Amino acid sequence: MRSFVKTKTAIALALTVTAGAAQADGHGGVEVLHWWTSGGEAAALNVLKEDLEGQGIGWTDMPVAGGGGEQAMTVLRARVTAGNAPTAVQGLGFDIIDWAKQGALANLNDVAAAEGWDAVVPAALQQFAKVDGQWVSAPVNVHSTNWVWANKAVLDANGIAAPETWDDFAAALEKLAAAGVTPIAHGGQAWQDATVFDAVAMSTLGPDGYKAAFIDLDAEALGSDAMIEAFKRMDVIRANVDDNFSGRDWNLATAMVINGEAGFQMMGDWAKGEFLNAGKVPGEDFLCFRFPGTQEQVTFNADQFMMFDQGGAVSSQQAALASAILSPSFQSAFNVVKGSVPARTDVSNEAFDACGKQGMADLAAAAGSGNLFGSMAHGHANDAAVKNAMYDVITAHFNGEYDAETAVMELVDAVEIAQ
Amino acid sequence: MSVASQDTAIRTGRVTRMLIYLVLLLFVLFYMLPLYVMLVNSVKPLNEITGGGMMNLPQVFTLEPWAKAWSSAQIGVEPTGLRPYFWNSISMVVPAVAISTVLGALNGYVLTKWRFKYDTILFGLMLFACFIPFQIVLIPMARMLGLMGMAGSVWGLVLVHVVYGIGFTTLYFRNYYAVFPTELVRAAQIDGAGFFQIFWRILLPSSGPIAVVSIIWQFTNIWNDFLFGASFAGPTSQPMTVALNNLVQSSTGVKEYNVHFAGAILAALPTLLVYIVAGRYFVRGLMSGSVKG
Amino acid sequence: MASNAHADFRSRLQVWLPKLVLSPSLAMVLVFVYGFIIFSVYLSFTDSRLLPSYGWVGWENYSKLWRLSHWEISLTNMGVFAVLYIGICSILGLGLAIFLDQKIRGEGFIRTIYLYPMALSFIVTGTAWKWFLDPGIGLENVMQSWGWTGFEFDWIKNRDFAIYTVVLAAVWQTSGFVMAMFLAGLRGIDNEMLKAAQMDGASNWNLYRRIIIPQLRPAFLSAFVILSHLAIKTFDLVIALTGGGPGRATELPATFMYSYTFTRNQMGIGAASAVIMLMTIAAIMIPYLYAELREKK
Repeated sequence: MRSFVKTKTAIALALTVTAGAAQADGHGGVEVLHWWTSGGEAAALNVLKEDLEGQGIGWTDMPVAGGGGEQAMTVLRARVTAGNAPTAVQGLGFDIIDWAKQGALANLNDVAAAEGWDAVVPAALQQFAKVDGQWVSAPVNVHSTNWVWANKAVLDANGIAAPETWDDFAAALEKLAAAGVTPIAHGGQAWQDATVFDAVAMSTLGPDGYKAAFIDLDAEALGSDAMIEAFKRMDVIRANVDDNFSGRDWNLATAMVINGEAGFQMMGDWAKGEFLNAGKVPGEDFLCFRFPGTQEQVTFNADQFMMFDQGGAVSSQQAALASAILSPSFQSAFNVVKGSVPARTDVSNEAFDACGKQGMADLAAAAGSGNLFGSMAHGHANDAAVKNAMYDVITAHFNGEYDAETAVMELVDAVEIAQ
Repeated sequence: MSVASQDTAIRTGRVTRMLIYLVLLLFVLFYMLPLYVMLVNSVKPLNEITGGGMMNLPQVFTLEPWAKAWSSAQIGVEPTGLRPYFWNSISMVVPAVAISTVLGALNGYVLTKWRFKYDTILFGLMLFACFIPFQIVLIPMARMLGLMGMAGSVWGLVLVHVVYGIGFTTLYFRNYYAVFPTELVRAAQIDGAGFFQIFWRILLPSSGPIAVVSIIWQFTNIWNDFLFGASFAGPTSQPMTVALNNLVQSSTGVKEYNVHFAGAILAALPTLLVYIVAGRYFVRGLMSGSVKG
Repeated sequence: MASNAHADFRSRLQVWLPKLVLSPSLAMVLVFVYGFIIFSVYLSFTDSRLLPSYGWVGWENYSKLWRLSHWEISLTNMGVFAVLYIGICSILGLGLAIFLDQKIRGEGFIRTIYLYPMALSFIVTGTAWKWFLDPGIGLENVMQSWGWTGFEFDWIKNRDFAIYTVVLAAVWQTSGFVMAMFLAGLRGIDNEMLKAAQMDGASNWNLYRRIIIPQLRPAFLSAFVILSHLAIKTFDLVIALTGGGPGRATELPATFMYSYTFTRNQMGIGAASAVIMLMTIAAIMIPYLYAELREKK
């Protein structure tokens, strides 16, 4: 078709049109495409909006929720193709890198240099914000995904302390099952299965094995015996969830822990909001600890705002937005609400609760010791194609389609097809 | 000239009628079930829902979720509720439904009463177009809208919905007009009536039921469309479904199911209104005297 | 002379007018449907990932596609789903339409109840269905709490049965609309013919079988096209109800295409799957449409 020119040209054209539109707009504000629409998240984002409006920069809101940002990414593609890219777009991990490689993002190096981002943002996180030496997006937070949430009363009643090794954990599961409590609250959706697997694999393979398998996609590591062991541990977990796990939303699984129907849940730090919302106190009513065997490591995903190139130089509004996002006060205010921790390591932990403080300390420690890894389950270890190929295998195995040995073979195969 | 109404001439016995009513009522229950789940849960406080017993009647009755969904729930950064998005949807749906229905009626009229060579193939082409997967459409459509300068506008969305709706509306009207007596059209032609006159005076008055079907189909589809609305609307023209979706789909936030259900019912009210209003023409519009009697 | 020329113009206009009226619709369809299909066929031979790109890779996307067990599952599901869904909806729609056509009191009310599921967006209705079907909190739980302890209904959690719950919810959503289409058809049938047959002593059963249902042929065509269209595009429903699970057990081609095109950034494979879907549809629809439309001549 004649109207479809080469991608790069299309984007270049798109950007010219956008620039025109922005000028025609008149008020010189920012248009922000994001998927933070639940009460707490949106309220936190409103802090940013008011900050910008205080500087005389208008905020045009373009919220599109769904599928952890999947819908917004689809919309983004339509917007860019139509030549109508938003100014700033919420993005995750490899999506940011993909867009940067298309040449669609603006260069934020000036702001970054002026505000010293290089020194305060952990290197592991910079991989997703700085592509080929250019800052292209502003990180908002760091979620860590290898948390276990537990109902303290249930654990105490069964004489269980927070388990530190896989064997402790397996023993605890047995005790709970014997006591007639559902040991693990889990929702059978592909991303939740993968979130659990992420932690199990980190614990089983160790950080080096995790990196080789999920980040470097080394076929040998993917097909290793340790990987078989990881899938076998998933079988143990599968045996300790209730019959109705399939399709359950993560927050309903969290509710099971809150109500004392279940002992543990493996979920990212956003689960904390559910506990707090139910009036529970960290350390008293519920516990948060790293998945057994991953006390040193942190697997993370980070929300960021990518800045789309508005035709040449980065606009002053984009610079202002980026700088506002990285300001310590916003980082603190936002993350207290969201349950995550700041994307820069020099923010005061004063406003955070016990779990938040531990999260910040863990992040700083892991970043310092090279134990901070992008989460496979949340698109920070590999691109969307590979991530989803892994999901396919993990969820098929978890639902009993094949055993651990076959799962490993399928995993190697699926990753190869997806590349 | 015998029947005053268009009711069927079939007569049924007492027992049969009882059975018919019974079956119809059973299906009323079947269709109402999910609405029941939504309604009872939309008037409960959230902790009652997450506490279990989702099929139970509320212990504490509250209308707060409804008020919240309408005017204060978080849709974007501002807690606007669904209210502002209603107008966006209506200003898109009404023209799109009207244009596609009128085009469908005219196409159906041409394809049945003004036959020409290869018209069946053309109809087949339009019909097959109904099956295009929307996944194919999204990217090239975005490009076309961009090139036409309609990206992010209401009219762009109207165009998209008309394009992917005319296949259906043409199908409805064509199949309906196919059994309409062509002699009436020929007679009018001999009397010197023109193309549009015949359509206006003879076919249109008896098109009630099928127009209802077409309007219901188009209105429902366009009102409930999410993907096109989200992709092709601008920040100020986002339709209702995008707002509803934003209300409902939060991946890492707290899910307020009661507000979601209230919002879903609110969002469906205009369509329901169309069903009730348009439904009357099922009974009324048909027999203005041309087809039967 | 002038009036003659005028008449001449008028009559020529009358010849051209029908085609003129048809042409905008046709033009739109050619560009926005067939143009896009050609574009998609082209994309399926390219290395497109995040956005369309134009590196030619030949049949690679197709061969990758057929290596995905995931794709085969979705095709099998499509077969099961389409047959059951189209069959049940047509029978139910026709049955309810015939019943509702018997001078029923409160017809308008009942009709609206049957239709309303179409009005609700599945984004939320899916949640209601999900709860209702969930053994822990839905029907099974209620039945058991009413004392029927042996009652079991856990299809949605069962890999082999979950697809039937999708059929159930889909039938719930659209059978009312199919009913409305048949009802419109029934209302268009000439009563004189029925009366004549009644005088000849035909039973109601025979009236329906011999006279009424055969006259509903165009309505069946509409119903078939609409239902197959909906079957092929069933998307929201699966996402909301099962999310394609348990595992990937309820994945359908529509969810497959969407995820490869947009969430997995493998646009080439997505396009290849779309092309195969379109060819399958063509293989089924074209003979049917041909048979159905040719007869009318």
